Amino acid sequence: MMSETTYLRRKWFNRLMLGLSSTAAGLAILILGLILGYTLARGIGALNLDFLTQAAKPVGEVGGGMRNEIFGTLILIGLGSIIAIPVGLMSGMFLAEFASPKVASAVRFAADILAGVPSIVVGVFAYAIVVQPLHSYSALSAGVALAIIMIPVIARTAEESLKLVPNSMREAALALGISRWRAVVGVIVPGAMTGIVTGIMLGVARIAGETAPLLFTALGSQFGVQGLLNPIGALPLQIYNYALSPYPDWQQQAWAGAFLLIMLVLGISILVRWISSRRNNRPVIRNVKRSNKNDNDIRFG
Amino acid sequence: MVPVKRENKWRTNRFAHIVDKLFPNMTLVFALVIVAILVGLIIVLNTDAIPAFSKFGFSFISSTSWDPVKENFGALPAIFGTLLSSFIGLVIAVPISLGAAIFLVEIAPTWLRGPASLIIEMLAAIPSVIIGLWGLFVLVPFVRSPIESWLGDKLGFFPFFQGPPFGVGFLAAGMILAIMVIPIITAVSRDAIRAVPDQQREAMLAVGATRWEMIRRAVLPYCRSGLVGGVILGLGRALGETMAVTMVIGNSYQLKASLFSPGATIASKIASEFSEASGGAFTGSLIELALILFAVTLLVNVVARVLLWRMTSVKGSSE
Repeated sequence: MMSETTYLRRKWFNRLMLGLSSTAAGLAILILGLILGYTLARGIGALNLDFLTQAAKPVGEVGGGMRNEIFGTLILIGLGSIIAIPVGLMSGMFLAEFASPKVASAVRFAADILAGVPSIVVGVFAYAIVVQPLHSYSALSAGVALAIIMIPVIARTAEESLKLVPNSMREAALALGISRWRAVVGVIVPGAMTGIVTGIMLGVARIAGETAPLLFTALGSQFGVQGLLNPIGALPLQIYNYALSPYPDWQQQAWAGAFLLIMLVLGISILVRWISSRRNNRPVIRNVKRSNKNDNDIRFG
Repeated sequence: MVPVKRENKWRTNRFAHIVDKLFPNMTLVFALVIVAILVGLIIVLNTDAIPAFSKFGFSFISSTSWDPVKENFGALPAIFGTLLSSFIGLVIAVPISLGAAIFLVEIAPTWLRGPASLIIEMLAAIPSVIIGLWGLFVLVPFVRSPIESWLGDKLGFFPFFQGPPFGVGFLAAGMILAIMVIPIITAVSRDAIRAVPDQQREAMLAVGATRWEMIRRAVLPYCRSGLVGGVILGLGRALGETMAVTMVIGNSYQLKASLFSPGATIASKIASEFSEASGGAFTGSLIELALILFAVTLLVNVVARVLLWRMTSVKGSSE
């Protein structure tokens, strides 16, 4: 039999530990609130029309904005996506539809490892393979670096969502007598489109705020956008430079830039969540009932 | 579903047949691009580090000097700084993340689980440079005083709480890293804890355990490898984290045991000097630093993957 004191001790220890766990969760949420709240408050105060429409001014002159850098970031996201989407999507198709299990797990392993490579190392790699041979920092090299970061994200999400397309759809398509690649491109990929688009958006959210790989590829530019083979400015790069500058005016602009960037990235993330939660709540895609036969379908359970 | 046009039967078939043969190989080529990038990364880092390696050999790792004028470089302070800041980060992040994961699975009312998870995961989406900006203007002054002045006052007899409170330094970098790895460790641990079958919990409660005793003895040991995997995944992220750390660590290349001291990590050293490096042994040394960082994170990530893979594959048995 348990004595009264032991019982009380256990009861209070239970309360203490459960309380500590809840506090930990509260703390994590509080930190996010602090960062978000502070950035939004400082950023919205610093944001104005000049910031969006004007180019950066030299040291000493008041005003100016990040028009060129915003434009540059959009260009870099576009460049990265143009390279990464075909590679990621085709690899995803290979992994989900054509690969033998052994080859698939090797490629998957490579993709996972690539996803874990620190972005600064990717920057060094892009410097070595693009900047050095061309003898110039360039938008292109930054696009390559960002694409390398983006490819594993797209490949893995494309694979996952292709696998979620029920086998009955594959069989139905093949039973119509069309060839296998038409079945993949015409039936299975459209069936997985939501997931694929989600993956691409996740990739964009991931690279939009990347700074480290741009430091010695895009470099930053005072002259606006000058083609793909010249240095180019980018929003996160400018936030970094302005944050470390001693001028309050520039620091102010860094906050405005941070506000824009955070809205972009969190906006995409929330949109992705919304899309995938809608998808998960709806067990029917294009009037085809999902079968629950393999563990890939767990999310629909 | 696919509009099949009426065409010449033979032509269509032959064309379809050729594409059918080609298409899988085309996807294979694209998949091999991923492997090629990884292999290329390894080769390029190795060959480009040769100028430094041939000059310094293995003393590169143990040397503490960094002198671009005399072209004499060593990695020890950067390696030390990387390990120390990541260690501080994990010491702070692991208890918070584990607690948060336990809360999300075992304690929180059902309606709160989704939103709370979402909020913590949002933290992972905030770009590093913004966390660094916040760290520089909000966290660093807070670390300077009250945290560092208080620690120096009360615990100054320990060597690692000595020295002037700059604000920027290992402590600030560790705290920033903690913020950045909490979402990862929390998410992985949450999934690991959620994967524990309910029979484990019911059996423990049935013999009269309190809720905490159940978590401590029936849930956490069951998903141990998943929890460790999550922590190691967090470590991998912390080791390679660049921007936020560069902004708050103070970028001073020295070997000091004090947490208050400014320092540098491998990533921050590369970030702050690579574009100014003048080629030869200087650039080579920075690339060798990148190679070291790559090798360490590779190892850490492989270990984490293996642990997490084991977790999913032994789900059925009672380990």
